[in-house]
Amino acid sequence: MNDETLSAVDVRDAVKRYGDFTALKTISLSIKDNEFFTLLGPSGCGKTTLLRMIAGFEDVTEGAIFLYGDEIENLPPHQRPVNTVFQNYALFPQMTILDNVAFGVEMRGNSKAEARRRAGEMLELVQLSQFSSRKPSQLSGGQQQRVALARALAPEPKVLLLDEPLSALDLKLRKAMQLELKHLQRETGITFIFVTHDQEEALTMSDRIAVMSAGELQQLGAPTDIYERPHNMFVADFIGETNLLEVSVDKIAQGRATCHLGGGHELTCNQVDDIGVGAKVHMSIRPERLFMSDIPAEAESLKGTVKENIFAGTDITTIVALAEGPDFIVRTSNSDRGNKRIFEPGTEMYVNMEMGAGRLLVD
Amino acid sequence: MATPGNDIKSYPGFRFITIACLIILYAPLVVVTIYSFNASKSITVWEGLSLHWYADVFTGPDSGKFKLAARNSFVIAIIAASVSTAIATLAATAMVRGGQFKLRTVSFGLISLPLMVPEIVTAVATLIFFNAIGFDRGLMTILVAHIAFCIPFAYLPISARMQGIEDTYEQAAMDLYATKRQAFTKILMPLMMPGIISGFLLAFIVSLDDFIITNFVKGAGVETLPTAIFGSVKQGIKPNIMAISTMLLGLSIVMVTISYFVSKTDNTK
Repeated sequence: MNDETLSAVDVRDAVKRYGDFTALKTISLSIKDNEFFTLLGPSGCGKTTLLRMIAGFEDVTEGAIFLYGDEIENLPPHQRPVNTVFQNYALFPQMTILDNVAFGVEMRGNSKAEARRRAGEMLELVQLSQFSSRKPSQLSGGQQQRVALARALAPEPKVLLLDEPLSALDLKLRKAMQLELKHLQRETGITFIFVTHDQEEALTMSDRIAVMSAGELQQLGAPTDIYERPHNMFVADFIGETNLLEVSVDKIAQGRATCHLGGGHELTCNQVDDIGVGAKVHMSIRPERLFMSDIPAEAESLKGTVKENIFAGTDITTIVALAEGPDFIVRTSNSDRGNKRIFEPGTEMYVNMEMGAGRLLVD
Repeated sequence: MATPGNDIKSYPGFRFITIACLIILYAPLVVVTIYSFNASKSITVWEGLSLHWYADVFTGPDSGKFKLAARNSFVIAIIAASVSTAIATLAATAMVRGGQFKLRTVSFGLISLPLMVPEIVTAVATLIFFNAIGFDRGLMTILVAHIAFCIPFAYLPISARMQGIEDTYEQAAMDLYATKRQAFTKILMPLMMPGIISGFLLAFIVSLDDFIITNFVKGAGVETLPTAIFGSVKQGIKPNIMAISTMLLGLSIVMVTISYFVSKTDNTK
């Protein structure tokens, strides 16, 4: 077998049950070599369970896990060439930063001197060399996070597992760490498997995302796929903000579906999949794909009244009530204020969009 | 919140009861300590400050008996504390890290039962047990009995410490290529150390001070310090007993204080 075709991690029909409760329902996925892969989902969806199964902290009820072609699901954690960055960092509190980072290298059979040298290098990489003789409790949350990262990378694992490592940091630091992690992944060329419930974080950092819910894989794809072409209601609703409308399909012609929603409003979709005429389905339209105007657009247009404008820094969210129809959320970026209009509450206007801005979803 | 209205100090009689309790608890100890420095042969009449009775303990007519008893006491206390601490450490590891195994609650009950059972019952039961198996009474029976009743004292501080240690540390160690045993010795043990030392000291002092059980299971002619003191008091209280008691008291205070501070220390800062 050739290394380039080999998956970093291959999860095959993995099932995890705790007594009567099934945490993971037959998951299969392949994580590529040198990929920044994210397991994304709400809490309790099984993403951390899957990560812990790869690390070796949870046994696999059924199925198999391969790491670069080797079957690992029966190996104890210390025999798996993967390392974990824990959510609470789990830095050894009685050891100095340097000894923490050196620990894994030494346990892997290197001399103490070699382990320390390697730890020094890693601390340099995360720019914490000056703290090497301190104890973990003397460091800030962000610094501890970087030590945890250095410690997990020091033994040169084949795959790095990250269990919501940024969730304890404040927003600004989290954003900075997102970029740093992404850079670190590119520099080291190590496959990263990142667990998060934060969809924005997942979109920012990942090469590919596996969206999970209730122990099942909902969709696997690149961030743009997941965002632009969600497969189902759950993904559309969980990733980003969207207008989810109940519609019924009236007509299908030339690969376009004409649908109507309450109040006699009509919308057209470019994608049909296997939906037939008369089907009652949901349509998802991203709020940033909409714009408001006092004249209807040629393509698609809905008449409504502005209920409220919400200012949120980079953009303005407008809630629009359609005449006898559902409410719409319209997002206008502040940088677009030149070409796009914001209307005062109470104003009648048109919500316009390009042809095919909406997507039909099978539930 | 201690607002003036419900501050405990404002309850009627609070001050009086507190002071009464302190006096009842500590006045005898203070009296014994003071009179151990008395120059007089009498235990009630003060005749001036002197270290006479301390000298008497080490060089007087009873010194041989007390020295032997003290040596027995220390040897037994050190061995009993070491063995019971080792057992308690393993028990705490199983109880705190063993997950929700069957009989976990029962196990905890069994470990701490000796703390609830009246000591005289344990003493009689232990004596009957030794007789039943034909174990000749002597230093060895004292040692075995001490190991057994010291376990819960060693167990409590160790398990309390361990409950405060998150299990992700061991997981992190194993994730970083340490075997289960290495994770225990290199990561968990150092973190537990304050609890272990504290447990050891507590077990040591409990063993050193024990009278009831020791008195039952000791063989004829074998004495520990408490039984020797008791034997001596039966023939009338001499001030040298006060000197020995004061020294034991001092030792207990030192050990308990060390135990307290060690259990408070955080080797993680």
